[in-house]
Amino acid sequence: MAKRIGMEVSIAASEAVKLADVDLIAAYPITPQTHIVEHLSEVVADGELDAAFVPVESEHSAMSCCIGSSAAGARTFTATSSQGLALMHEILFIAPAMRLPIVMVVANRALSGPISIWNDHSDIMSEQDIAWIQTFAENGQEVFDLVLHAFRVAEDSKVLLPVIVNLDGFTLSHVIEPIEILDKAEVDKYLPPYKPKVRLDPRKPVSMGMVGIPEIYTEAKKATDEALINSKKVVLKAWKEFGDLFGRYYNPVESYKTEGAEVILITMGSISETAMTAIDKMREKGMPVGLVRFRLWKPFPAPEFKKAIAGVQTLAVVDRALSPGGACGPVAEEIKAALYAERGRPKVYNFIAGLGGRDVTVENFEEIVSKAFTYAKKRPKQLYEMIGVREI
Amino acid sequence: MAKIDAVMGWKKLDLGCVIRQPGSSRTFKTGDWRSQRPVVDRDKCIKCGLCWVYCPDLAMVPAEEGYYKVNLDYCKGCGICAKECPKDAITMVLEED
Ligand code: SF4
Ligand code: SF4
Repeated sequence: MAKRIGMEVSIAASEAVKLADVDLIAAYPITPQTHIVEHLSEVVADGELDAAFVPVESEHSAMSCCIGSSAAGARTFTATSSQGLALMHEILFIAPAMRLPIVMVVANRALSGPISIWNDHSDIMSEQDIAWIQTFAENGQEVFDLVLHAFRVAEDSKVLLPVIVNLDGFTLSHVIEPIEILDKAEVDKYLPPYKPKVRLDPRKPVSMGMVGIPEIYTEAKKATDEALINSKKVVLKAWKEFGDLFGRYYNPVESYKTEGAEVILITMGSISETAMTAIDKMREKGMPVGLVRFRLWKPFPAPEFKKAIAGVQTLAVVDRALSPGGACGPVAEEIKAALYAERGRPKVYNFIAGLGGRDVTVENFEEIVSKAFTYAKKRPKQLYEMIGVREI
Repeated sequence: MAKIDAVMGWKKLDLGCVIRQPGSSRTFKTGDWRSQRPVVDRDKCIKCGLCWVYCPDLAMVPAEEGYYKVNLDYCKGCGICAKECPKDAITMVLEED
């Protein structure tokens, strides 16, 4: 039976990986992902998990190793953060192109420079076009659940794509939360053994990762894009089945007190919980404000998002990454693009907050919402603005 | 380029563009972007085989009586064979000639 225990979220993530009974873990330790990899190396060394643990010399090697492992048909896991993810960059594109169901946890952290080990989303937002399925966790329980969901979705024969589970570095990775840890029998009910459709096997040789000449590259890209778009059906089904089995239901987009809202805040990740506290406070004061947060980021859940914000005239989108010299932050950019062709589309105001580990407080959310109400009447001069930046 | 592949649509591609037929690259003729081709003068050739050794595409192949001939399906016209031939038996000629 599942047990609810106090546990560091990083350990819960690795416990989920252990329960998924992975065959290979290739990873390089990097703050704030370290505890995940450290714990996994321990459980492998202690014989609790029968898997190969490859202590690679870089993240570039980690992802390369994962690709080889997954191509051989092994259930494969890795985890990284920030500079590590950036170092994987060129290999990241190859996994979905080869349709390899690798699962990766990214403990989100700012990218240098200046050097920062603290949390924001600039690492993952630099990897928008890698064609991985991407989810964002809000709390420790979600991290545990989303890791199991990731394996289930990635390895589904209709999907066969890699999955990233994003969790906020430190604010999630290093906190202790009460988390319900499923037992092995329960996980086995949810996650069947991986049966690859095609794999590297000397008895049945195939070639993988071939050259895509100009006559075929476009078609290959189209095939991967279609697979990613279509994966959403399985993402939803796997959440439904998770809920039916364990009682926790997840949606690609979650709404909080959006009824009658005139302004809707848009968030992702752990700041959503602070945002909900802020919404409660503002609602008590009679302000018509609600919250919509993304759990599924790629494939972008456009219909679910449009439904969640239907009828609202003003959106206040909070970005945890900057797109320097651009029109706005990456989340706002995606939202604006998705809504542009809609009749009666809402006004979208973009606020950059919580860069490089700066806290995003209830007061920050109140400021954002009050600005959005003001901008709804009087258009702001700038395309986006940074919250809490000292203008001196 | 390869005419067979040129008509393949994305729906027909195998999962992750995997290739299940070993050695199928043989059917992919890579020589069609050549601008020059090597011509062997058998009066000068001493059958040393250096052109065969040096050709990066294995396009210079053993022929009858110990001579070597070019396989134009794969020759890219790089001229390495002509450069390396110790007897200057190979001349590069323009494709349109
Ligand atoms: S020209 Fe280059 S490719 Fe052609 S036969 Fe000579 S060495 Fe080989
Ligand atoms: S390198 Fe020149 S001499 Fe030697 S076999 Fe080739 S053509 Fe003949």
